[in-house]
Amino acid sequence: MLDVIFIGLSLGSILLLVALGLAITYGAMGVINMAHGEMVMVGAYTTVMGALWLNLGFLASLPLAFVVTALLGWAIERVVVRRLYGRLLDTLLATWGVAILVQQAVRLEFGMSFFGLHIQGLGPGLQNVKVPEWMTGVAGIFGNQVNIYRLFIILVTLVLTLVTWLLMYRSEIGIQVRAIMRNPRMAAACGIDVQRINGLTFAYGSGLAGVAGVMMSGFKTVFPDMGTSMVVDGFMVVVVGGVGSLFGSVLSAGLLGQVNGGVASFTNDILARAVVFGLVILIIIVKPTGLFSFKGR
Amino acid sequence: MSLDRRSLLKAGAMGAAAITAPSFFTRSAAAAETIKVGVLFSLTGGLSIIEKSLADATMMAIAEINAAGGVMGRKVEAVLEDGASDPKTYNEKASKLIVGDKLATVFGSYTSASRKAVLPVFEKHNAMYFYPTYYEGFECSRNVVYTGAVPNQQLSNFIPWIVKNLGKKKFFIVGSNYIYPREMAKVCKILMKQNGAEFVADEYLELGHSEWGSMVNKIKNSGCDAVLSNVVGDSVVAFYREFKNQGLTHDKLPICATVTSEIEIAAMGAEYAVGSYTSFPYFMAIDSERNKSFVERYRAFVKDPKAVTHHALESSYFQVFLWKQAVEKAGAATADAIRDGVRGQEFDAPNGHVTVDKENLHTYLTPRIAQWQADGQAKIVDAYPQPVEPLPYVAYGETSSNLFCTPKGLDASKLKKS
Repeated sequence: MLDVIFIGLSLGSILLLVALGLAITYGAMGVINMAHGEMVMVGAYTTVMGALWLNLGFLASLPLAFVVTALLGWAIERVVVRRLYGRLLDTLLATWGVAILVQQAVRLEFGMSFFGLHIQGLGPGLQNVKVPEWMTGVAGIFGNQVNIYRLFIILVTLVLTLVTWLLMYRSEIGIQVRAIMRNPRMAAACGIDVQRINGLTFAYGSGLAGVAGVMMSGFKTVFPDMGTSMVVDGFMVVVVGGVGSLFGSVLSAGLLGQVNGGVASFTNDILARAVVFGLVILIIIVKPTGLFSFKGR
Repeated sequence: MSLDRRSLLKAGAMGAAAITAPSFFTRSAAAAETIKVGVLFSLTGGLSIIEKSLADATMMAIAEINAAGGVMGRKVEAVLEDGASDPKTYNEKASKLIVGDKLATVFGSYTSASRKAVLPVFEKHNAMYFYPTYYEGFECSRNVVYTGAVPNQQLSNFIPWIVKNLGKKKFFIVGSNYIYPREMAKVCKILMKQNGAEFVADEYLELGHSEWGSMVNKIKNSGCDAVLSNVVGDSVVAFYREFKNQGLTHDKLPICATVTSEIEIAAMGAEYAVGSYTSFPYFMAIDSERNKSFVERYRAFVKDPKAVTHHALESSYFQVFLWKQAVEKAGAATADAIRDGVRGQEFDAPNGHVTVDKENLHTYLTPRIAQWQADGQAKIVDAYPQPVEPLPYVAYGETSSNLFCTPKGLDASKLKKS
């Protein structure tokens, strides 16, 4: 029984890891960022490239991936998203376009493959990421065998959630972000530099996706399409949790993870996915604004 | 989602065509007398990971045939099309090649979905399709030459060997949720029963799904002593990693796979697969001069000193030679001539001697079992003494004395009885 709960917890933490960045960009900024999955993918490729070109270890890639994807996110905000605030559907289409561009850049090796040049670590194929030996295998905790890698993911998710919470609710910049969330124009009238804060928020959200990418690369497959399915799961968590509520995202990720893990253990994985999607539909019908949401203006 | 994805793929396709065109089209010499053939693989999209290498192997075979003087003194010219990992695109491109370019032969397809999508085109316009991939069987078309393994060529030696040599009796069958793994599982169950083994579970995971936590936990608690995996594609990597991460080892509970090839092993890292088994007619590690030379030439051809070769790739290569011999035997390159010519055609392929079955146009191949080593290469631990007859309907009771698929087509009455 305990192993089932642990799997549920681990599934939930993976969902949250991907959703955390979305909760911020979507929740705080009202941008449907379809390129979020590609940020995860870029994070994973940073791990691959870091190991190949800089001889970086797996853990050392965590901060590097954060920086790389945050910079990329910042650039995307500057060039594309900035011009589209308040136009929800347009952000969806535009970031989708960005997602395709990023994906193709990786697949075509930044266009080098047109000239017959090959950049090691990029291209359409599957990539290998080396994981430190101590992170593979199991550890005995209270007489239970616990998967170390998944334990580590839970830990990273916890830390990132805590950091995000501190940033959002205990820091100067967080107050400004939340003010923009409630009413961007009033916030601007109070002297908040909305453009700057938005840029930083988007960069932070993308950076979180990058960290998620590193964690994914260690136990899933790294290839250019890997982010596409993740962004769906991410939005599911955010929508169920309630847009703009960090606590709601945490809770909904936990809930969906446990339901998925539980149903999968007692029946099978295919049914579990169907049940999760069914549950999401049900929640959205009963509570269209999600489990936890505040009235924004 | 699909709309935008397609336009993306198209853009990629043009790019891919631009790269490949100069080196592959051999239009310079004697353009009027060339024999044109179609080459139809996904050069873009998710499946391009594998299919690009199949296209490369086909092109390499054509280049080698041309370098040795062509077919009946005529050069072979390839018309390369991109299936874009999408069955609908496959169908359109097949129509273009057969109706538009009026070609009699096309080499192509990796997935069954893409083969099924082009099949009506080939049957309606009577053209020949050479299909290089191992597949689930249950097909009997007079317009397809199948040069990959069918279930009995991957499993008929595998399961008895596991039971006898590894002493395993309780199998956990796991696969991706679509037709190939499900048909493979049927054959597995027949063979397990025949060999006095049993299966404790038969479970599936969505194709492309990479969350293995629950499944591996189930395997752990199932009391099985071997895992028979028909898992396909990128899920394979996540599966083997989760397997090790949950503390399972291949020396106690080996994964015995039918689809895990050199490509997936390289992506997951050999340390996750050491000691596990795979059954295929071809491995890169086959220790013969012919194979070593093949690997070397392939690496030179694709200009990648680390390129890996695998079963479907090898079939993509040798089936072009089978086609060449068929054309030369029949003395013409029309579909009917090729169909007659290719029956019983033999060739010394990198994996060994292959023969096209006279009855069902499938290919005799030599099943091999390999254990994965720390360097990511296979060590062949068992090989059939001779090539095995292909039986595409073995899951429904087909035996070599009771064939379901003959030149007359499928005998559906036999299928119903089983």
